[in-house]
Amino acid sequence: MSEQVTGAKSLVMSLERAGVDVMFGIPGGAILPAYDPIFDSSIRHILVRHEQGAGHAATGYAQATGRVGVCIATSGPGATNLVTPLADAHMDSVPIVAITGQVPSAAIGTDAFQEADIRGVTMPVTKHNYLITDPADIPEAIAEAFYIAGTGRPGPVLVDIAKDALQKMTTFAWPKQRALAGYRLQLDAENEAIRDAARLIAESKKPVLYVGGGIIKSNATKELFALAELTGAPVVTTLMARGAFPDSHPLHLGMPGMHGTVAAVTALQKADLLITLGARFDDRVTGKLSTFAVNAKVIHADIDPAEIGKNRFADVALIGDLKRNIIALIPALKDEFAKEKPDLSPWWKQVGGLRQTYPLGYDHPTDGLSPQYVIERIGAISGPDSIYCAGVGQHQMWASQFIKYENPRTWLNSGGLGTMGYAVPAAMGAKVGMPDTTVWAIDGDGCFQMTNQELVTCAINKIPIKVAIINNESLGMVRQWQTLFYSSRYSNTDLHSKRIPDFVKLADAMGCVGLRCESKEDVDGTIKEAMSINDAPVVIDFGVHRDAMVWPMVAAGTSNDEIMIAREMAPDWGSQEL
Amino acid sequence: MAIHTLSVLVENSPGVLARVAALFSRRGYNIDSLAVGPTEDPKISRMTIVLNLEGHALDQVSAQLFKLINVIGIQEMRADESYERELLLVKVAKKDANLSSVVATYGAQIVDDGETPIIEAVAESDQLEALLKDLSSYKVIELVQSGVIALEKGKMTLSDRVRLETGLSNPEDPNSADALTADYQN
Repeated sequence: MSEQVTGAKSLVMSLERAGVDVMFGIPGGAILPAYDPIFDSSIRHILVRHEQGAGHAATGYAQATGRVGVCIATSGPGATNLVTPLADAHMDSVPIVAITGQVPSAAIGTDAFQEADIRGVTMPVTKHNYLITDPADIPEAIAEAFYIAGTGRPGPVLVDIAKDALQKMTTFAWPKQRALAGYRLQLDAENEAIRDAARLIAESKKPVLYVGGGIIKSNATKELFALAELTGAPVVTTLMARGAFPDSHPLHLGMPGMHGTVAAVTALQKADLLITLGARFDDRVTGKLSTFAVNAKVIHADIDPAEIGKNRFADVALIGDLKRNIIALIPALKDEFAKEKPDLSPWWKQVGGLRQTYPLGYDHPTDGLSPQYVIERIGAISGPDSIYCAGVGQHQMWASQFIKYENPRTWLNSGGLGTMGYAVPAAMGAKVGMPDTTVWAIDGDGCFQMTNQELVTCAINKIPIKVAIINNESLGMVRQWQTLFYSSRYSNTDLHSKRIPDFVKLADAMGCVGLRCESKEDVDGTIKEAMSINDAPVVIDFGVHRDAMVWPMVAAGTSNDEIMIAREMAPDWGSQEL
Repeated sequence: MAIHTLSVLVENSPGVLARVAALFSRRGYNIDSLAVGPTEDPKISRMTIVLNLEGHALDQVSAQLFKLINVIGIQEMRADESYERELLLVKVAKKDANLSSVVATYGAQIVDDGETPIIEAVAESDQLEALLKDLSSYKVIELVQSGVIALEKGKMTLSDRVRLETGLSNPEDPNSADALTADYQN
């Protein structure tokens, strides 16, 4: 007979047993019983300043390490503050587990103090969720939550536990077997599909490897590298896949999509075959769907069967784990190539020419600092072994364009949901998971003001992240759209954040080192100064030119064929056969 | 657009109906009818969902449904290979000597023979529509109708199919894949 423990103790034992080393959270009434055994646990608990920070920190931790991130909050507002990070992790397929307290089971449904139906609220934004009212169910729910979050297409799982279930006595028993009849993973594609895919690749004259975030989640970057070199096909990496394939590699055309390179966007448009690996034909990549890559056949490799044919018909579906299926595809492809290997040199002449003619670039304004230059220098000085987190907006796009990524899990951002305020807490989580790695948050002044309170958490808990505020005193991406599509009528995008708040003083007040840089000459020196400080978080306020825009751009809802390299400037297609 | 009937086996757990309903609402799928009830296994409920869909949408709906952890198995009930029924209860304002023969034409019966009789009919949708048309002269004052329920004809059951298609064998068999699964640590 096992020892009698409280449900709360059983919860903490379950988390320990699931291998949790750190969790981010804030206590409150309903979750309070759990915080007593947490006090004695080997699990490090980091007390954040807002539950949203806990959620994004769990996400940053998970994206940087590949492990399941954990956050914990109380009922009602504590739980609802987790909704945005849960939705964020759901869109970007990040494995996190959220534990929330719930009002006592007898009070559920009575509109009790701090009651919110968080299971109901989070149903559409989690991979799965639980409401536990019996302490005996805690170990199984925790075990299942970690298993579901971390396997298949990863995603967030919420476990809501009624306060009385935490207080009552129970016995801890870690389940030996999965009882998930409805959760079945298909890991290997059918042999016939592998052969069909190999045949399509061998027949293709204009293939493109369209690489999404799934490659990183499946830890398949080595396999992707081998496949790319075997095919010799151009590679494009989506916003979620930056770092999945080295930017320095000659087969790499960069990022596709709304702010992708001309070469990457055009290669997809003109391809005769898209070898789609863990990508989901997001509207930010495809532009107007009906005009996307109209002549291309599609091989779609994904672990989620529901992605196949969701937005774009797949001629061949490779359902399963990418790593395993690329490993299976390579010998099949070698067999095909042994018969005949297509000559891709005309295709390379076309896309290689575009890459050469339309590299990513930017201007140095005469009256201010170029934000792209700042970001480019951070990447160059801190190097490809650092981790870079971004918020959402112009600075995010520039960070994806002008930092050169060579390694997976070094670029963390909110791709699907586009959550402003993601960067600081995600960087905190990444730094906790990867303490020996330099972690930068490249943030906008708008984003930074949404979640900067977690710098207090960083300062107190010795989590020395580095934050570069790309301060253009405005909601820059919205302002860019207002410039382009609303006759420069800047309705409510001016943040006046040149001096209010004073980010240097704010950093200082939060126990961080605050630096300011407003001229090109000082950029390198300021970055190096930040690099030299490793015992406290550093915040650099880079005052940048506010009219810089992100280019190239495919306007929302238009065709990728209408890509612009600058305002009212389409690429000169010339005599290119397109 | 075409009508499809899906039979869905789900775990008999709280919230499962809400999950299915939320999925349909979020993805913009229109449900024509939905019936939920127990099965031969007390741990499993069965939903019969009738949908009006375009083209390839059925595969997409099935794939999205199957992503719900509580959904165990899905099978389309094709009209020629399955047996579909709906239950109709209808109250009419008056009666006459002819009513019982009208009702009998459809295999229905008068279950409450009061001043405002209640008629019970079990049939396929178009039969029920025809019955209602014939009853219009009696003035329908209240009507309730169940969703479609359906069973595949022949020896094969949906549970059998779930086991076959997924390679999951009978959990009671000690040599089954289920009994041999590793623990939760992946």
